[in-house]
Formats: sequence, C-alpha cells, structure tokens
Amino acid sequence: MINKIYDWVDERLDITPLWRDIADHEVPEHVNPAHHFSAFVYCFGGLTFFITVIQILSGMFLTMYYVPDIVNAWESVYYLQNEVAFGQIVRGMHHWGASLVIVMMFLHTLRVFFQGAYKKPRELNWMVGVLIFFIMLALGLTGYLLPWDMKALFATKVTLTIMESVPLIGPALKTLVAGDPTIVGAQTLTRFFAVHVFFLPAALLGLIAAHFLMIRKQGISGPL
Amino acid sequence: MHRGKGMKFVGDSRISTDRKPNIPKDYSEYPGKTEAFWPNFLLKEWIVGAVFLVGFLCLTAAHPSPLERIADPTDTAYVPLPDWYFLFLYQLLKYTYASGPYNIVGAMIVPGLAFGALFLAPFLDRGPERKPTKRPLAVGFMLLAIAAVFYLTWESAAHHDWEASKKQGAIVEGADIDKDSEGYKYFEANTCISCHGAELTGGPAAPSLVDTGLTPEEVAEIAVKGKGTMPAGVFKGTDEELKVLAEFVSNVKTE
Repeated sequence: MINKIYDWVDERLDITPLWRDIADHEVPEHVNPAHHFSAFVYCFGGLTFFITVIQILSGMFLTMYYVPDIVNAWESVYYLQNEVAFGQIVRGMHHWGASLVIVMMFLHTLRVFFQGAYKKPRELNWMVGVLIFFIMLALGLTGYLLPWDMKALFATKVTLTIMESVPLIGPALKTLVAGDPTIVGAQTLTRFFAVHVFFLPAALLGLIAAHFLMIRKQGISGPL
Repeated sequence: MHRGKGMKFVGDSRISTDRKPNIPKDYSEYPGKTEAFWPNFLLKEWIVGAVFLVGFLCLTAAHPSPLERIADPTDTAYVPLPDWYFLFLYQLLKYTYASGPYNIVGAMIVPGLAFGALFLAPFLDRGPERKPTKRPLAVGFMLLAIAAVFYLTWESAAHHDWEASKKQGAIVEGADIDKDSEGYKYFEANTCISCHGAELTGGPAAPSLVDTGLTPEEVAEIAVKGKGTMPAGVFKGTDEELKVLAEFVSNVKTE
C-alpha cells in the first residue's frame, strides 16, 4: 500500500533522487557508539537537535494558552500550570528543555573544539554553529520574561540596564528592545514575545538547515 | 539517463518518464565497520532518543517549573537573578575593575573578546594539527575559559541567598476582604495598612495577616503591645474599636 502510494507520487514528482540523498550517507566506525562506546560524545549534537524539536513542539502548545499582555500573561501561565490537563508537563518540558539544550550545546561545542574538528575545510560550519549558540542564548533571554512574574521582570530590567550601558548606541538599543526609553511594560512583553516566537526561531531554523547541509556535504570529520 | 533528443516526459510536465531505481547504497567496501544511516543507525539513534526522553519526562514530572508571583514593578526591594546560564556574565559585573566606571570592561570587552575568539576559533588556531596535545595554546585558552565560567557561576550561586530569593518571589495567597466593613476602616485608620498592606498580605516590614489562625483576643493583644519589630501602641482607638478590628483581622482567611 505504502509502496503503491510512493510509486504514484514518484511517477509524478520523481522523488527518489531526493529521498536517496537524505537516506544514503554512511556512519563511519569511529562515530558509532555501538562499536566504540567512547563515541557517545558524538551524540551531543543530535541530542541538541532533539531537544530543539521538543522546544518547538512544546512551545507551539504553550501558545494555545499563553496571552502576551501584562494583565493576562501571568494569569494565563498560572492557569496553564494549575488548571490545564498536562499543562504542567508541557510547560515543564519547555522550561527544563531550555536549560538542557544549553548543556547539550555546550558539550557539543567542547567535543568539536577539543577534536579540532573546526579546522579547514569546516570553518564555516563552526561559525554557523557559534551563531546558533548565540540564538539559543537570546531565546533563553527573551523567554525568561514571558511568564511575567517577579524574576522575569527584574532579570529583564537588569539585562536592559546592561544593554543601556553600551557606549554610543546603548540608549537606542534599549529603546529598540524594550519599546520605550524608560518603561519596561506592555511594549516590552509583546516585543519579547514576537522575538521569541517568530524572529529567533526563523533565524534558528535557517542556521540549523545550513549547519546540516554543510555536514552532509563535507561528511563528519575523521578520527584523530 | 536519457538526455537531449527523444526525452520522454510525464504528461506536459518536466518530470522524465525514466525512473531512478530506489535501492540503498552499498557500504560493504567502505573502511572499517561503516554502517548505513538509513535505517540501521537511525534505529539506534531512536533508542538513545527514547531513553533520553524518558529521563527528561521524569525530570519534568518530579520538578514542576517554577512560577513566582505576578510582576510588581513597585517592589523595589526585590533582588533579581538571571537564569543560571547567564550567571557567569552577571557575576563578572560585580568585580571592581568590571563595574562602575569600568562597566564597559565587564559588559562588553571581556565577553566580546571571549565570544569573538570562540566565533573566530578556526582562524586563530590555523595549524593542521587536530590532536589537543599538539595545539597547547588553543586548548589552554579554552580550558582557562571553561574554568573561569565554572568559577564565576559557582561564585554567583554560592553568594546568593536562595532562601530569601524563594521567599521574595513566593505567590501570596490573597483573601476576600470586605473593604467597606467597619473593621477594615479601623485597620486603615490605625495605619496598620502601611506595613501589612491594603490586601493584608504583608510586605518587607510586616508578615501577612491572612490565615494567621489567631483568636480575636490574641490579635487585640498584638495590636496594643506589638510583637517582634512591631512597636507597642500602634492601635490608638477605643476598646470598642479594638474588639471590632480584632474580630476582623482574625477572620481574614483564603477562600
């Protein structure tokens, strides 16, 4: 049945070259934990991607309840946490996933660094990877404000004060991020929400696509 | 594959009628124990992912994510703290030569140099050697950076009062208070409100009066004689008013 559907689509769209491109690539012995247990260090990148997928899915479900305005934001999170069936689990996955993704990415970065895997010809992929790291930190920073509780508000105020202390562009930068030169409020929350949910994930998906394309094109770095 | 003259297409589309056979690549002549990604290795990855997911779900079930009380911009006594992975940057700003007039050092120069070097690592460490022992400078600087990050994070966490932090952000249970009642008027008139708050939920200077579990007699005694940091003689009304006030405070309970 599935084969018949596949053939029907393939006849019309010739998807076999595309599919073989995705499916056919070798996993060398030195990265396979089934052959050398120490190769588990090669799992960190994959786990980072896995948690990123969890973050996107749990985040999509969170937006079904979350309201990004200063009156209802906290109330909606409180409701989700205490009243909605499995709301606590979904929010828990997003909350703990945010920390775990940093841990996994840190370990992945260290693996690549200490193995010198960023050297020619893989310089570009390393730089894209560091950009992904920055995007993740920015996602953590913007996501921290969204529950609109005490620690969210005051941690963001600290961040904005640090931003303001940047020479020359500081005040303008703060106004751009917070929506107002002095107030951290309704504008700030909607801005952080938009950045957290649309701008940064879009950049993240583009960079991850580039990261994966480059790995496929160049292949994984050889054994030391 | 047929090219040029005589090519046949599906309908009026650009899809060739020639089918490419859908067969996996053969890895038997590859060096070592090379394995196909699809489906052999992907199934193993799937198992790792499943094990990870079970552990992750156990974590979320055992530790519900925290939520503090709703943001109150007027509470100037609140001591903020960023998420744990920013603690090292935050801690850096507390040192003499990275704060105040030297703020730019802690906020821009040091993090900028560190992250800039990370970003440009392939161009700073250009040699062909990959083994960590053969490139002491790159590895040395990275170990130094890791040590600094861990030390700063630890310093920040060790000097933070986690107990006070938990208390200052705790969600305070509010009570249904009849603000038109006689008792509330005496509560307001005797300045109880300035420390215990308009909602009787307390503040930095005084405890919450919700769910005290005290009898009216005990409340009356505290109102007159004080308790802890509360001085004696705050209540200045008549005995009759004291009785009404004590009844009122004693009865403030969460719904």
